Amino acid sequence: MNEKRLIVLSGAVIGFIGVLLVYLGNARNYGICVACFIRDIAGGLGLHRAEVVQYIRPEVSGFILGAFIIALAAGEFRARGGSSPLLRFFLGFIVIVGALIFLGCPLRMVLRLAAGDLNALVGLAGFVAGIYVGIFFLHQGFSLGRNYPLGSSSGYVLPVLAIGLLLLVIIRPAFIFFSESGPGSLYAPVLVSLLAGLVVGVLVQRSRLCMAGGIRDLFLIKDPHLFYGTLALFLVALVSSLAFGYFQLGFVDQPIAHTDGFWNFTGMLVVGFGSVLLGGCPLRQIIMGSEGDTDAGLTFLGMLTGAAFMHNFGLAASPAGVPANGKIVVVLALAALLLIAVSNSVVTVPARTSKEVPSGASK
Amino acid sequence: MKEANQTIDARGKLCPEPVVLTRKAMNSFPGEALLVLVDSPVAKENVSRLAEKQGYKVTVDEHNGDYQINIDR
Repeated sequence: MNEKRLIVLSGAVIGFIGVLLVYLGNARNYGICVACFIRDIAGGLGLHRAEVVQYIRPEVSGFILGAFIIALAAGEFRARGGSSPLLRFFLGFIVIVGALIFLGCPLRMVLRLAAGDLNALVGLAGFVAGIYVGIFFLHQGFSLGRNYPLGSSSGYVLPVLAIGLLLLVIIRPAFIFFSESGPGSLYAPVLVSLLAGLVVGVLVQRSRLCMAGGIRDLFLIKDPHLFYGTLALFLVALVSSLAFGYFQLGFVDQPIAHTDGFWNFTGMLVVGFGSVLLGGCPLRQIIMGSEGDTDAGLTFLGMLTGAAFMHNFGLAASPAGVPANGKIVVVLALAALLLIAVSNSVVTVPARTSKEVPSGASK
Repeated sequence: MKEANQTIDARGKLCPEPVVLTRKAMNSFPGEALLVLVDSPVAKENVSRLAEKQGYKVTVDEHNGDYQINIDR
């Protein structure tokens, strides 16, 4: 199959799965949301105690295992790491802060938009703006440095973690948390969720689909290739939402959303900016982590930690709006992104103003 | 295909960095043959797609997971 057909097919299938999972039990406009799923997993593990968002989502294990298996089969699994691991962990943390202020990852943003939630349009504007800022720093030579090959065992950590999480949700030991109300209590049957996750994992690994990459490449290299996937995802999700009767146009009373436009914009600004610095959206990070990229695996753990942090301290948004401290944290997150972007960009000093420092000279 | 005048070593770099570096080289040395070194299939695909879109001819040699992308007019 040629690359263009594969990316369109992947977007289309994922758009359909994103709506189908709602029909099969997930909360409305919550068929796939990487940020929310990671937040639910943090809750299921008891890393935060927000009782309405605790469930170890089998979809995430599916994303990881699907991508891992297909990467192995395609000869694309390669353990590697060492590209600013701690910074990437922190960037994962920051991206999830933005996502939990908006209430969704870029993929859920597209699904929300396809179901008529116009707050997601405001989020999209922020996301595009964030990507644009990120591209500015790419042009300034922003880099987190290269990675290096590692022993295979490092690359197996994330898939093993995925199996562990899957066993926890199947065995349901007493120390695991399950929401009794709210979005965390609404889920498709475990095997269905797992299967859906596996399909998404395989498709994203093969097609390289990325919500941030699609828009980034449009601006950066005028290449619409990845964006075709985003477009197909949106269109199929739109038709599916209409067909299943989930489409509801407007700002008010949208499922698991708030109407505070400024913070919807700012939250997704942080997600877009952070995703460009990381080289991909949250889903793409999970897929790269499953292909053996331990830095992306660490980004996933950063997202998990960030989600726990946001709910542990009551910072995440809810349909009621964005808490005051949540607003402070997302502004700090934006400031941190700017600091990381500036400090990892190559600043070229014009020749006539630069002064040569003799080698060995101190200060 | 003539020997590349410029070599861009983008091994270990995540996308879009290899693409950004290649494009910078294309702008700095217009029309010159370039050799881009990458070590991931994603980077290989992205750099090849960029070069083809810019009207370059592309050939790729693979050695143990490393890709040498030869780009020429």
